[in-house]
Amino acid sequence: MAEVTFLEALREGLREELLRDERVFILGEDVGAYGGAFKVTEGFLKEFGESRVIDTPIAEAAIVGAAAGAAHMGLRPVAEMQFIDFISCAYDMLTNYVATARYRAGLPTPIVVRGPSGGYVRGGPFHSQNPEAAFLHTPGLKIVCPATASDAKGLIKAAIRDDDPVLYFEHKYLYRRIKENLPDEGDLITPIGKARTAREGKDLSIITYSAMVWKSLEAAEQLEKEDGLGVEVIDLRTLLPMDDEAIFATVRKTNKVMIVHEDTRTGGIAGEITARINESAFEWLDGPVLRVTAADVPLPYAPTLEDYVLPQTADVVAVARRLAAY
Amino acid sequence: MASRAPAAAPPLAPAPGAAPPIPAGLGRAQLADIYYYLRLTRSLEERLTNLYRQSKVIGGLFRSLGQEADSVGSAYALEKRDFLSPLIRNLGSMLVKGATPLQIFRQYMAKAESPTRGRELNIHFGDLEKGYLGQISHLGDMVPVLAGVALSFRMRREDRVCLVYVGDGATSTGAFHEGINFAAVQRLPLVCIVENNGWAYSTRTSKQTAVRLLVEKAAGYGVPGVRADGNDVLAVYEVTKRAVDHARNGGGVTLIELVTYRRKGHAEHDAQGYQPKDEIAEWEKHDPIERYERQLDETGWMSRAERDAIQERIAAELDEAVTVAENEPFPAPESALEGVYGEPARIAPLWYRES
Repeated sequence: MAEVTFLEALREGLREELLRDERVFILGEDVGAYGGAFKVTEGFLKEFGESRVIDTPIAEAAIVGAAAGAAHMGLRPVAEMQFIDFISCAYDMLTNYVATARYRAGLPTPIVVRGPSGGYVRGGPFHSQNPEAAFLHTPGLKIVCPATASDAKGLIKAAIRDDDPVLYFEHKYLYRRIKENLPDEGDLITPIGKARTAREGKDLSIITYSAMVWKSLEAAEQLEKEDGLGVEVIDLRTLLPMDDEAIFATVRKTNKVMIVHEDTRTGGIAGEITARINESAFEWLDGPVLRVTAADVPLPYAPTLEDYVLPQTADVVAVARRLAAY
Repeated sequence: MASRAPAAAPPLAPAPGAAPPIPAGLGRAQLADIYYYLRLTRSLEERLTNLYRQSKVIGGLFRSLGQEADSVGSAYALEKRDFLSPLIRNLGSMLVKGATPLQIFRQYMAKAESPTRGRELNIHFGDLEKGYLGQISHLGDMVPVLAGVALSFRMRREDRVCLVYVGDGATSTGAFHEGINFAAVQRLPLVCIVENNGWAYSTRTSKQTAVRLLVEKAAGYGVPGVRADGNDVLAVYEVTKRAVDHARNGGGVTLIELVTYRRKGHAEHDAQGYQPKDEIAEWEKHDPIERYERQLDETGWMSRAERDAIQERIAAELDEAVTVAENEPFPAPESALEGVYGEPARIAPLWYRES
């Protein structure tokens, strides 16, 4: 067992796949000589050479498009977006070209597009985004959002081996803050499409993913200590395809559900989860499905502004108390 | 420059009755092939026009009338193992690559057995085995994708080349710029053909770009640029072949501007009122197929009788294909839920559609 950070776990996962399968290669901005803006691919250029670790021009559509073309021909490209905010520059390529390729043309497109997402780092409007909702609406894509070091590794490996295009959103706040002992031996794979119970509870459920798993766990501790509440925390891990069974199971268990996500509120993923519960598990509810999200504004830079806009542990606690009162 | 060059010796007059040499290393069998594909493209589109008028075509119909030479001549310069991605007016390129009239009819009539099983329209389909990739409607997007295909060839040390087509309009897109720039930097084996047919829907090339000639854009990417008469099928073959050889030999990207003209509207519904009638009439005189026929007559490379035989063969092929396609069914409605993903292979039906 070795203790690794979230970032190191991700790097290990990438490296193991590069070693295991010669079809795997990496392309993106500054991924080679510099090792990536956050050093996720550090050392790869030296180890795997220029043909498998490709520094590209600043051109996200070209990065994703070229990855797609190579994937059609049987390769397994992993494209890095330097910050996930820039994935919008490849939105057309992902939603129109990549996502439809299998359906319209029978073309397998096994690519992974990964990059640092999320706020709480004073990154401002263009280095803090959580763009998952923009892609959740696109049939043909898969979306994963690891919260733990173990899943950072297990999901990148699963994503690379998946035959469909996978967007892998890695929260930059977790990169060096989360540590975990991972086994030295064996193939660590987190299956895509399966949620995880991060904490068991019987009184109410929080459905969440990515960095909000940790805020939710913190809130759950506090609620147990101060209110005697047993709070269950479900870490979705994969957003597309969503693990409906895990969602409905926790609804049936606690009968009170709230959803926590860092992305903005309107058109967010919480709305989709709420609708699914409403359609399929309405009879099991003892209260409304409540949301904790960012406010509907571009993410501001100043600490006072960012902290005000983003969900905080105190928000999760407050909303949980209101839900528990039903 | 011409005035300073030494006077060239006049070409030897061919002996009376002897045919002049065929250019670009082609032989008579290949000239006949090229003629077949030119005629097949035009005749197939004419059949489609009839089907369109009978409301048997589902959706729009896109003609390449007057542009057949640029498609056929360029695609013919590829080897079988090479790869291309066509645009909406490159039916001829796809036929050269092995697409069949039956597939085209099935596509345009949205049949279950069509290459896309009724998911996509017209000539938006591909075949990895035969070496062509279906386009999407978002112009320029195929340039990065074909750069990626070319990248895979290089990574596997395969001796293969990619050809991607864009129109004058698509050169304005970001995807075109990003894709050709990436391919140029990486020196990938990619040939990019800019088909300048004068019009992007109703917009003239002069409203598309401020460069004098589209080929000048090549300089911006540090790649060779060549410009050729897109209505001269052998000239198209020759410039493409040179660029393909250059790419195969590790020379990287070439941008080729082929000058041609779109004699029909954007699609069959378009009355093309914005195109001056005399301009269309002028280009009719430069029809690429008639021009090739005159060349074949003048040189004696191929007789009228041989050409007539080809045309008869095409008519028979098309008769058969259209009969087969017309009598086939549409796809089963529930098949719409299949194949969005490899896994799961089928999307669950909406609960109120469950039977």
